[in-house]
Amino acid sequence: MKISETVHFDWYKNLFVVLVLVACVVASATVTDADFAEVIQGGPQVTAFLERFMQPDFSYIPTLIDPMIRTIKMSVLGTVIGFAVAVPLAFLATTVVTRNQVVTAIFRFILDVVRTIPNLLLAALTVAIVGIGEFSGVITIAVFTLGVVSQLIFETIETVDEGPIEAAEAVGATRVQIAFWSIAPQVMSQLASYLFYAFEINVRASTVLGYVGAGGIGVILNSSLGLLRYDRVSVIILMIFVVVAVVDFLSEAVRRRLA
Amino acid sequence: MIEFKDVSKVYGNGTRGLDHIQLTIGDGEFVSIIGLSGAGKSTLLRSINRLNDVTEGEVVVDGTSITRADKRELRRIRRRIGMISQSFNLVKRSTVQKNVLSGRLGYYSTFKSIFGLFTEEDYKNTEKALATVGLLDKLHSRSDELSGGQQQRVSIARALVQRADIILADEPVASLDPVTTQTVLKDLERINKEEGKTVVVNIHSVELARQFSTRIIALRAGRLVFDGTPDELTEERLAEIYDKDAAEREAKGAAA
Repeated sequence: MKISETVHFDWYKNLFVVLVLVACVVASATVTDADFAEVIQGGPQVTAFLERFMQPDFSYIPTLIDPMIRTIKMSVLGTVIGFAVAVPLAFLATTVVTRNQVVTAIFRFILDVVRTIPNLLLAALTVAIVGIGEFSGVITIAVFTLGVVSQLIFETIETVDEGPIEAAEAVGATRVQIAFWSIAPQVMSQLASYLFYAFEINVRASTVLGYVGAGGIGVILNSSLGLLRYDRVSVIILMIFVVVAVVDFLSEAVRRRLA
Repeated sequence: MIEFKDVSKVYGNGTRGLDHIQLTIGDGEFVSIIGLSGAGKSTLLRSINRLNDVTEGEVVVDGTSITRADKRELRRIRRRIGMISQSFNLVKRSTVQKNVLSGRLGYYSTFKSIFGLFTEEDYKNTEKALATVGLLDKLHSRSDELSGGQQQRVSIARALVQRADIILADEPVASLDPVTTQTVLKDLERINKEEGKTVVVNIHSVELARQFSTRIIALRAGRLVFDGTPDELTEERLAEIYDKDAAEREAKGAAA
């Protein structure tokens, strides 16, 4: 059999793609002055780090409980606030609900802008505005949730069955009535699922927010790193890992129920 | 009374959906609309409650032009026209009760309907309507638990609760088996005879059109080619209505 008769008949195209990719990797390594040898030379430093890192200071755990709880509280509050704002905005960001290109374009634009702000930058900004502490963490998480969840929601709304919408239109229902009676019931369980999904992400994200002063466990993580207390760092990371795993597990369980 | 006054509908691509339709449907009639797929049956039906806009002429429902109606008038006219369609158009995740009650949305303020503040009368009528179609025991069932025929009967109950004077049915039995088809059409027949409601049905089966309707209208390439009683619909006329070649010629001619 000739190669031109098989599924690999255009192998030279694939080869070309691979070559291009290799060229890209080499080019970017050159541009950024990356040196693989340097990574290996850093060996002794790595062992010094691992030595302390591998001997976690478990006596530090009690001090961590309170900031950890505050981190979780921050995520819960931020998620709920962000979600509550996201739902109405997302509804207005679909033509399915509004039947108005202009209104939808405006809300789309607002949500697009919100989504493009990076998490940490947002935290740094809120810290600058409202000061260091959990409150700026809550605001950051709320805005972040708004960005992520609103897109998930309006994309879901765009896939709803149009039949019930038409039926409601035919009996003289208003756009708001249609949103509540024909669209909301169709997306409700998915919305609840997104709420838990957002909470999952936020618990993970909020642990880092302390880095820029937005409260919670991240503050302690940052200072421990700064003081080179790797024995504490490893305990903190371990703790975050456990909490995130538990939250993921719970939220996964709830979301499966909702499906 | 539904009046079509020289109604035409031309789609954006130049296709003629409706071609100078002159038609009056009186109160209490049971009208079937037949014709080939793409002949304009749905367009005709959906222009009665303005789910389709027409491009020429006007449609008048009980003396009010729905074509020229503003938002408020449109709402007022639409709530008096019930609609049943091939795909049932129920909110599948909502209960039967909610789906039936939604027929009354046009009569409630947004605020009241959001919080489900329906009158006791409407709740009673919901049960009565479900009893009429034999589904009272499904009141609190989720709609997607029902079979296709049951779902269609729920959508009939919705039109009943709406207390519409006119019921439009767009291919109501196209996705149902022969036995369920009879049940659904008999429900419509009973509503027509006992409650005096005007029923306009799009239907593919000539047999069923003959069996149930008092008047049959046929469309070919957007033109009204037959309007009469079931008896007047002879084999010859049927051959004309379903003459595919002629329909294609006419459609081309209209587009050109």
